[in-house]
Amino acid sequence: MQLKEDLSKTDMVHLYRQMHLVRVFEEKCAEAYMLGKIRGFLHLYIGEEAIAVGVAAALQPQDYVVTHYRDHGHALARGLDPRRVMAELYGRATGLSHGKGGSMHLFDVNKNFMGGYAIVGGQLPIATGLALASQYLDEKRVVVAFFGDGALNEGEFHEAMNLASLWKLPVLFFLENNLYGMGTHIDRTYAGGRDVYKAGDHYRVPARHIDGMDVLAVRQATREALERIRHWEGPFLLEALTYRFRGHSMADPVEYRDKTEEARWHARDPIPTFRKYLTETAHISEEQLEQVDVEVEQEVEEAARFADESPEPGPSALWEDISAT
Amino acid sequence: MPVKTYIEAVREGLRDEMARDPSVVVLGEDIGVQGGVFRATDGLLAAFGEERVIDTPLAESAIVGVAIGMGLNDLRPVAEIQFADFIHSALDQLMSEAAKMRYRSNGGWHCPLVVRVPYGAGVHGGLYHSQSVEALLCHTPGLKVVAPATPYDAKGLLVAAIRDDDPVVFLEHKKAYRLARGEVPEGEYTVPIGSAVVRRQGRHLTVISYGLMLHYVLEAAERLGREGVEAEVVDLRTLAPLDEATVLASVRKTGKALIVHEDNLTLGLGAEVAARIAQMGFEDLDAPVTRMAAPDVPAMPYAPPMEEFCLPDAARIEAAMRQLAAY
Repeated sequence: MQLKEDLSKTDMVHLYRQMHLVRVFEEKCAEAYMLGKIRGFLHLYIGEEAIAVGVAAALQPQDYVVTHYRDHGHALARGLDPRRVMAELYGRATGLSHGKGGSMHLFDVNKNFMGGYAIVGGQLPIATGLALASQYLDEKRVVVAFFGDGALNEGEFHEAMNLASLWKLPVLFFLENNLYGMGTHIDRTYAGGRDVYKAGDHYRVPARHIDGMDVLAVRQATREALERIRHWEGPFLLEALTYRFRGHSMADPVEYRDKTEEARWHARDPIPTFRKYLTETAHISEEQLEQVDVEVEQEVEEAARFADESPEPGPSALWEDISAT
Repeated sequence: MPVKTYIEAVREGLRDEMARDPSVVVLGEDIGVQGGVFRATDGLLAAFGEERVIDTPLAESAIVGVAIGMGLNDLRPVAEIQFADFIHSALDQLMSEAAKMRYRSNGGWHCPLVVRVPYGAGVHGGLYHSQSVEALLCHTPGLKVVAPATPYDAKGLLVAAIRDDDPVVFLEHKKAYRLARGEVPEGEYTVPIGSAVVRRQGRHLTVISYGLMLHYVLEAAERLGREGVEAEVVDLRTLAPLDEATVLASVRKTGKALIVHEDNLTLGLGAEVAARIAQMGFEDLDAPVTRMAAPDVPAMPYAPPMEEFCLPDAARIEAAMRQLAAY
């Protein structure tokens, strides 16, 4: 990694802090899941933190974020309150959706975080529509639409790319390629080869592929893509190669992956890698980072405490927010 | 008051709302340059420009999905699905996303979206140009479903749907487009979503219907009236949410109920209406609640006689009414 001149030490420590927050938060989620405090389906983002954090650092507050079901990292990186995210995972009345949504469907309109969507590919036309409205209203907002390699084979990916390009809409299609659509390797599901970003060519969507384990590379590439998009040059496709360290969900023992492949990726863990860069290249002290670690751990403990102590929703909540009238 | 066709009323409703509110944007297949396959959007492109009258590719899921996104970002999109038969690839967007948006976001977002859907048989369209899809949609809480039968209601309900802050599926019967004529006032008015109307007063039985079938029911009721059998006819107009009170009040008066629709019988709207009458109007009933609907065959056949076997017509409706009245 090269030293980035446009980033202050404070900015860099913040990137580290955010990645560490996502990691510690999700480790807490796994623990809570084993204790039965989080129920249902839990999909962890562990290993992929550099992407959510790198992208969030390049966004403006007015930009929209639309994402998929593995959404805790995007939510926390965007600045959603960890206490209310955890409360949502616990199914509590204080959660962001008052417990109606749960893990895969986080949202916060105040942060322009327009949702995690658990129908694979379903978020892409919606992101395109947000961008169409943004263009119509001349708002200069960009929509970032995260999706995984599994969504490449959904028709809605192709419909959305085509429309966004045709109408020159301000969408950053952000592909988090972790090589596995649930339990099946991309080589067995996608006929287009490993240069997945070239999927943009057919729709004349400019595209790049980047290292998704390098938070600075993600941030920089996102900034460049957003710059182009903000000048109304239409959509952009970024493909970040990454790896999820855990299973598809908590129920997945990950028997389909090769252990040496896993070890190779673990060695590239974005958090220790960036921490090493901070101490060795950016000359940030160990003590300062340790202080950050302690603060993050306290923040996550507080989030879990808040969730634990929050009430469950009552029966009347069932009939709230169905329609305006 | 000027007399207009159903399709003219739809067009007028769209034009008036677009003129009144710049956040109303229409999109769909062939709706701009071509003016719509049924001409519902004819003239809108010239009047409002291509920013507001958007020709889309043939990509139904994206049409509805994009409209949802537009609605989330403060526009009032009106999407057209060219034929109801093509809506199925967009059902995921409608049922999984649009219907749940307000609920899942705890009221943080809402989705003011209208999907206009020409539907129904009687035009020899065969398998993929004849379907009635209302039961699927009415089974999805979070969606409002309207199905006007008259030009007056088509305009008034369309305006109400566009102004509504939640997703509304607007079912336009394509055979009614030019068949149904009636008085349509100039200028703005709305017909409230969620309210049925009694089209004909009667005391011997209640017939509940909507869409094209309503016209056949009224025709049958007139004929039967000449024999002294007076049917009360309820036009549901909105299918979800159902105006239960109007239905139950009529059954209380007549003691007998027949539901007529062209969607197939099993789990069709008639099943829901019948169940509610049975549960909440049981003591008012003098006869079993009866239904007349298309048979449960996999598709609307093309050959005109076979299509006629499927669709209730005035003569068969009249026979069913006579039988129920005599019970």
